[in-house]
Amino acid sequence: MKKVLNRHLFTNVLGLSLLLFSTSFYAQEEAAATEVVAEEASASGDGDPVKGKQLFNQNCAACHALNRKMTGPALANVETRLAEDEGLDREWLYTWIKNSAGMIASGDSYANKIYAEYNQAAMTAFPTLSNQDIDDILAYTAAPPPAPAAATATAESEGGSGEGSGGISNEIILGALVLVFGLLVIMLFLVNNTLRSIARANGVVLEKAKAEKRVPIWKAFAQNQFLVLVAAIFLLLGSAYFAYGWMMQVGVDQGYAPVQPIHYSHKIHAGNNKIECKYCHSSARVSKHSGIPSLNVCMNCHKSIYEYTGNPEGPSAEDLANGYTNEFYTGEIKKLYKAVGWDEENQRYTGETQPVEWVRIHNLPDFAYFNHSQHVSVAGIECQTCHGPVEEMEIMYQYAPLTMGWCINCHRETNIKVEGNEYYEAIHAELSKKYGVEELTAAMMGGLECGKCHY
Amino acid sequence: MIKTFGKVTFVLAFVLVFTSCFNKNSPNYQYMPNMYESVGYETYEAVDNGLFPEGTEALLPAENTISRGYMPYEFENTLEGKELARLQPSPLDSLQKETNLAKGKELYDIYCAICHGNKGAGQGTLVKREKILGVPSYDDVARNITVGSTYHTMYYGLNSMGSYAAQLENEEELWQVAEYVMQLKEDLTK
Repeated sequence: MKKVLNRHLFTNVLGLSLLLFSTSFYAQEEAAATEVVAEEASASGDGDPVKGKQLFNQNCAACHALNRKMTGPALANVETRLAEDEGLDREWLYTWIKNSAGMIASGDSYANKIYAEYNQAAMTAFPTLSNQDIDDILAYTAAPPPAPAAATATAESEGGSGEGSGGISNEIILGALVLVFGLLVIMLFLVNNTLRSIARANGVVLEKAKAEKRVPIWKAFAQNQFLVLVAAIFLLLGSAYFAYGWMMQVGVDQGYAPVQPIHYSHKIHAGNNKIECKYCHSSARVSKHSGIPSLNVCMNCHKSIYEYTGNPEGPSAEDLANGYTNEFYTGEIKKLYKAVGWDEENQRYTGETQPVEWVRIHNLPDFAYFNHSQHVSVAGIECQTCHGPVEEMEIMYQYAPLTMGWCINCHRETNIKVEGNEYYEAIHAELSKKYGVEELTAAMMGGLECGKCHY
Repeated sequence: MIKTFGKVTFVLAFVLVFTSCFNKNSPNYQYMPNMYESVGYETYEAVDNGLFPEGTEALLPAENTISRGYMPYEFENTLEGKELARLQPSPLDSLQKETNLAKGKELYDIYCAICHGNKGAGQGTLVKREKILGVPSYDDVARNITVGSTYHTMYYGLNSMGSYAAQLENEEELWQVAEYVMQLKEDLTK
């Protein structure tokens, strides 16, 4: 299983690097093309939309989108709309962008109206933007440069076919093997039959006829006491082995992967976007539990990220096969909005919330005590040591068996972290002298005492 | 011949039945469930005995109560409050600056760097991947952040940025991050 996973990973990485290469190649062409456009634009005396896009993404995009309300209003064609609806010119925009708070204070009617309309969220002043910069941004909002859609589309299709062929070729190989195997079996039968017929034709008496006179094999077996004894021993050992194995897995939930109310992908969050585990599971640092993050933590980012746009290279063939399309993930974000009561249209909370009934995966029996902060903050153990490669898990599952033997084993093998921990200094010096070792394991520090976990 | 086939399939089926007992969508059997399962409520446990308004053990703090060690924050979540907070110095011991900055860096890398970038220039992973845009650099002249305004922003959030008071443990951690942010700003303006 693990090997197969790795192989997939390898092909993915290969595909990805190929994609990156191809997109960068396309991007260069694209950049060259847009440069020409930019030159034309600046020649005509207006703002430069390409530079404007850069400035927009740097300065405005935190609160504004082109075609969508965010913290602030949508900005597509803002200049023409303002001129037509409110009779405000570019000068008004210059003043507003450079010092919106001052304009509100001076009693400008439209400034106050928009301030009230957007929950009194003050727009940051941008005195550093020159008039030319603002012209550029306005040019971008009026006519955003065409997205390099064609380039990415071709890259996607290339990547898709490449990965697809990789998957298919595996299946073809397997199919071919099965076919060859089947043919071999058939050939064996045929050869056997022809040999028999040849033998019969030549008048050779087949052994089968002779065998009939002999004692049946099971009778011979039953008469041989030694064989019966050995067989009985093997049978008993074998069944004991299976019975033991079965009994040992009772109460062990390794591999448990329940269906969650919201399809949260750790692979996208922790893997692709490299968000720290402790960003969401912040209580793992300071408390016994690594809590399920409350929804306000989700909204830290998902206030801005309202749809899933996927990796730049588009969904992989594997994701598509599982139905994990961009629309699917966007739907899951909408589920979050519903639970937390976020009104996307008006960008405010409705106050109508409902708890998300997450299904707990890791659950120690009641008689065992475990403290996350002791392991995460004091010992400095990586989350992945116990929870496995979470950053690769599309669906979260229990990686470790979480049995006592597993705990004890780690306590025996892991050296305790003493750096920067005054609490351990004295006892560490004392115990390392007692045991005559440089590095103490958790077991030597009392990590095997019953009362540490059972009381 | 057919008999042996029957026996082999029987054994295989037997093995299969025992190994396939585990369904990954539901938890496994337990030996003595009353030793495994807590008598008291477990964290986040769903309880439908009518005692809990939302049907879960997890509750909001009772109204008009404060948590242990809570200190009120004197500035309001308004622009005026922010301007007043701008002048507030950090209450942390300046002799412990290095420890505080080290701790601040650790926390900053977990909670802030994903958007603001490790150097505070607004180039975090999410920005580079164009998931969240428009994250300002700390040395932005117009914003002119101070340790007090940074604290205020983390405490209440600002526009698109949410409040981080819940993810950071206490006031001390918030101040440690704020001090580290000022350190980053200094490095950026250099």
